[in-house]
Amino acid sequence: MEKDVLLETKDLTTYFYTDDGVVKAVEGVDLKIRVGETLGLVGESGCGKSVTSLSIMRLVPWPPGKIVKGEVWFKGEDLLKKTEEEMRRVRGSQISMIFQEPMTSLNPVFTVGFQIMEAILVHQDITEEEAKKKAIEMLDLVGIPDPEKRFYNYPHQMSGGMRQRVMIAMALSCNPDLLISDEATTALDVTIQAQILELMKDLKKKIGMAILMITHNLAVIAEMADSIAVMYTGRIVEYSDVKTIFKNPQHPYTYGLLHSIPLVTKPRKEGERLATIEGVVPNPYHMPKGCKFHPRCPYATKKCREEEPPLEEISPGHWVRCWNYLKPGEGV
Amino acid sequence: MAEPLVKVKDLKKHFPIRGGVFGGIVAWVKAVDDISFDIYKGETLGLVGESGSGKTTAGKTILQLYKPTAGEVYFEGRLINNIKGEDLRKLRRNMQIIFQDPYGSLNPRMPISEIIGEPLLVHGLVKSKKEMLNRVVEVMELVGLRPEYLNRYPHEFSGGQRQRIGIARAIVLNPKFVVCDEPVSALDVSIQSQVINLLNDLQEKLKLTYLFIAHDLAVIRHMCDRVVVMYLGNVMEIAENQELFENPLHPYTQALLSAVPVPDPEVKKERIILKGDIPSPINPPSGCVFHTRCPIAMPICKEVKPELREVKPGHFVACHAVK
Repeated sequence: MEKDVLLETKDLTTYFYTDDGVVKAVEGVDLKIRVGETLGLVGESGCGKSVTSLSIMRLVPWPPGKIVKGEVWFKGEDLLKKTEEEMRRVRGSQISMIFQEPMTSLNPVFTVGFQIMEAILVHQDITEEEAKKKAIEMLDLVGIPDPEKRFYNYPHQMSGGMRQRVMIAMALSCNPDLLISDEATTALDVTIQAQILELMKDLKKKIGMAILMITHNLAVIAEMADSIAVMYTGRIVEYSDVKTIFKNPQHPYTYGLLHSIPLVTKPRKEGERLATIEGVVPNPYHMPKGCKFHPRCPYATKKCREEEPPLEEISPGHWVRCWNYLKPGEGV
Repeated sequence: MAEPLVKVKDLKKHFPIRGGVFGGIVAWVKAVDDISFDIYKGETLGLVGESGSGKTTAGKTILQLYKPTAGEVYFEGRLINNIKGEDLRKLRRNMQIIFQDPYGSLNPRMPISEIIGEPLLVHGLVKSKKEMLNRVVEVMELVGLRPEYLNRYPHEFSGGQRQRIGIARAIVLNPKFVVCDEPVSALDVSIQSQVINLLNDLQEKLKLTYLFIAHDLAVIRHMCDRVVVMYLGNVMEIAENQELFENPLHPYTQALLSAVPVPDPEVKKERIILKGDIPSPINPPSGCVFHTRCPIAMPICKEVKPELREVKPGHFVACHAVK
């Protein structure tokens, strides 16, 4: 393992065994996050980005979900080989996670202060008095005004933005090395989203933690991530640093996604239409043969319909899963 | 663009909160508090704001789906506030709505031929089932649904297709005015662009006028001719698309625009970070509703509500600080 690599998944594969058949939610995902780096995991609903993060945390519910193969190396150890007890010590203290819905992630019958304290006491050997002090410190750190008073608030007494701050305070209370943020700002208003993103950047600088950022919002990713993995039907289809993905996308799916979003910097000209990706994501029970994107791909050939392309490194650090990626100099 | 199709004047919609032993009214939610604007024939007017700004309530009150608390709504020059019965039904033929949630807004027990065709029967515009089906097929083709799907049920469709069904239902009566209430925000990126293109195509073909409600400023930028910015039930700023995005005058609009992330890693934006949260519409702040979060608030902002003034031709702002 390279020296500054914090987390590396190898061939991570997670299936769901349902009554209607097997859903191959994550299929051979290789990711690498370095210390202090932000990796963006982008894709549309059902592409397997959340299941990837749950697999890393070993929180995939069995039944029906199961990690069928692969490795998850974190600080030199394979998390998939750990016992449940050992795993519990990793979760929350070394890897923390925040979710989209801050309301359902907090317990409505306890004060937010108590819930942060609880997270601290589980993982650290300190007294309740010290834990309380630390909890108030955390509330202050994430920019909640009047933290001494807010400590005694119940979740329903707070707004969505506040609750997401509490979730972040809780997630950061044990100084994790890795924060997994699963659509954490998606449900928030844009002025509140800006506050939270600013906070995450700031904390990243202060604490030096790495972030795995899962989102469907390409603009948020452009702003936050150092590198990006684009997922489609459980597979990574393109993986590179943020600039390469945005300036020189090689997979037709990545290209399509980037060009189908309207831009706040540009009004529509008379008669202008947005680029589209025709069709829909395939049914997980009936995946197409060959490249999973070929039914929607404008460049699909016979080979694409029959054989699945491998994830290939086309230039240093730029991985693409496509038979016909654009050769240098070619335009779309 | 001279004559407005819809004119909204001093419109208010307050909802009562009941409580106490006798279930009396204990407070009012001022969802829409005194808004005025015109919607011109053939244009797309954007209504943008964060949650709780009252944009959906405004749309529904304009359509008379809610009874306004005060104020007036004119459609083609005619006051429509107190229209009832048959007149209202006739009016509804010309004013339709597309909802955000393509899952919740379609009856799961109806095949889509009935979902789309029902308005035709309700308004008595077709004489026979065959005539209805003909019109339904015509509309389905218009919105990009295959006519073979006629007898399928909503659950057999994807989110994007369901939104097409909702759009088909809205345009089947050949309306003049359509309120699009967050029509693409529940859809995935690749599907969102398909629906946006469809709405633009339909507007051209059918000469529709849209009130386009959205919180996504990029979608607003792409779709709208003019934009109304709302905050806590009040209009903060109205301007043409280009003018609003290039030269926003209201401090709230400026903060809102600066908060939008841009999908380009090389763009580094200077952000105006607003402090705190949107206050509750139950007890909105006195004076200017934005003063509690405004970076340039002055003493007068707490006391006096600023009026919406035309500071440049077509550019309206409600702010004491804007000269």
